Amino acid sequence: MKNRRFGSIRENGFLYVFEHFFSAYRGFFFAVCGILLVAVPYMDLNRATLRLVTMIALYSMLGMGLNVLVGYTGQVSLGHAGFYGIGAYACALLQVRLGLSFWPSLALAGVFTALVGLLLGLPTLRLSGTYLSIVTLGFCEVVQMVLKQWESVTFGNYGVRNIPKPELFGYTFNLQNGGFYQIILALAVLTAVGCLAVKNSKTGRAFLAIKNDELAATMMGIRTSRYKILAFVISAFITGIAGGFYSVINNGYIEPTNFVFNISVLIISVVIVGGLGTIRGMVFGAALLLLFPEVFRGLNEWRFVIYGVLLVLMMQFRPQGALGWQSTLPFKLSRRTKRELEARGLSPSRLNEGKGA
Amino acid sequence: MGFLNVENITMQFGGLRAVDNVSFHVDQGEIVSLIGPNGAGKTTVFNMLTGVYRITGGTMEFLGVKLEGKMPQDIVKLGIARTFQNLRLFSKMRVIENVLVGMHVNTRYSFFGGLFRSAGFRREESRKAVRAVEILKSIGLLKHLNSYAESLPYGEQRKVEIARAMATDAKLLLLDEPAAGMNPAETEELLRFIRQLRDEGYTILLIEHDMNVVMNISDRIYVLDHGRLIADGLPEEIANNRDVVDAYLGGERKKHAED
Repeated sequence: MKNRRFGSIRENGFLYVFEHFFSAYRGFFFAVCGILLVAVPYMDLNRATLRLVTMIALYSMLGMGLNVLVGYTGQVSLGHAGFYGIGAYACALLQVRLGLSFWPSLALAGVFTALVGLLLGLPTLRLSGTYLSIVTLGFCEVVQMVLKQWESVTFGNYGVRNIPKPELFGYTFNLQNGGFYQIILALAVLTAVGCLAVKNSKTGRAFLAIKNDELAATMMGIRTSRYKILAFVISAFITGIAGGFYSVINNGYIEPTNFVFNISVLIISVVIVGGLGTIRGMVFGAALLLLFPEVFRGLNEWRFVIYGVLLVLMMQFRPQGALGWQSTLPFKLSRRTKRELEARGLSPSRLNEGKGA
Repeated sequence: MGFLNVENITMQFGGLRAVDNVSFHVDQGEIVSLIGPNGAGKTTVFNMLTGVYRITGGTMEFLGVKLEGKMPQDIVKLGIARTFQNLRLFSKMRVIENVLVGMHVNTRYSFFGGLFRSAGFRREESRKAVRAVEILKSIGLLKHLNSYAESLPYGEQRKVEIARAMATDAKLLLLDEPAAGMNPAETEELLRFIRQLRDEGYTILLIEHDMNVVMNISDRIYVLDHGRLIADGLPEEIANNRDVVDAYLGGERKKHAED
């Protein structure tokens, strides 16, 4: 049997075979997944299931948002429930207090949360690791306090009521008609595409370089402070949009306790269990963690014990997350690049051959 | 206007003077070595040149531009790139990605250009990828293009560091013990490659321990000991210099008895 190695990559490994098989037929796989995802509202699901699927999509998006921060630049935030809450309240209050419709409110909620992300990003530049986590945890509590105490704006503990349902050209989106699901599916797909685009640009590579070795990144001319703040801003923007969406799917009602610290923990669990730095991991993590309490409902309080044990085992045996493997596929070169390499006699098809090994 | 002129630079860490009044210069197209026993302050000089440390005295000029007080990122942009004594690769990234990160300063598109895949983005990324492949080919890493940096043997990782420094479009490469951890054959190949770099127009300032390497490759040599410059000159002059031999082998060390 052949057991060639392309550098670090074993050609006969399970992952290699799996990834290359998937890659060869990826058009087909994406089409099937796409059709399945779009078809969900027409599958005659009951309300609870539809809501669960909607929440999984929502948490996938929240995971992607936090992933920009934790997975790409390696900054751990325990304060994302804060951003989530700010996005939700911004979107809800713009509609209820100023009478804006849903779509501009959603966009503004994202922008406003991104600004808050910028402000939080500034003082955290000098912090990393545990200290950064503590500051972001504090941020989460501050947001909680503001939402509860600033009654003249946020309605305090009463929460925001009568948030209208989103409409577009006379069509009202709600849970039963699958409208909520369609909105969050579109948002999550857009987020995923955006995250991948950023990851495969100089911005994403700068993020990853900072995570790998900040001093070396500086020595490559990367303005690390700027990029660390940018990661906060992008992350906050995505989380704010997700929050804005959440504000309308909750029977027109949100309150401060929807955005407590536990939510931060859930979001970061999605990222870590799923697989840091990947999009597939976010979807998987969200599905796993939201299905878990449903499947193990019979265990009552014991399910938290199992949940805890799972997390510990995960940390011990698979710290990169369930789907957090390093790709064995070759580095993706654009068609244009391949053409230009060909013209220079550096044919990409021959790049992998172990010449002079 | 000189290429790199360093005058009387001093680095004081509290009570310790790691580099004391050191002056040297490097001309375009030279291979200059900085040698000295452990703790002589060689790497500190690199850290001063690249803006990691804020120097406490003296002046440094590169192509007529003052370096002191500049951010490391601006110094890279001026054309000085370095490697590290203890490898500092982006170890979870691929070899080609490491090189692409090196090109960060010369990438001309914005964040939104990358997000929306603008024409400028596609042109730049393609140009960079081709250049990265060329660099990797010249240094003999083509077969590792797709590998993750952490999976490479030590000697190959050193080469990735050099490739990454070249990618910044630097005119001056600061190589901190590039031959460390290499076997004699690899070292020989590295020497050939460094000469080739010089022929391609790079100027090289080298820190090295291996005397064989230093004597073989350097146009000129500076010797540091205890933060002070104790000798400079051609390789053969250095090899016969009494102070240098003392510094390396012990000797009477009268000079430091007074300290």
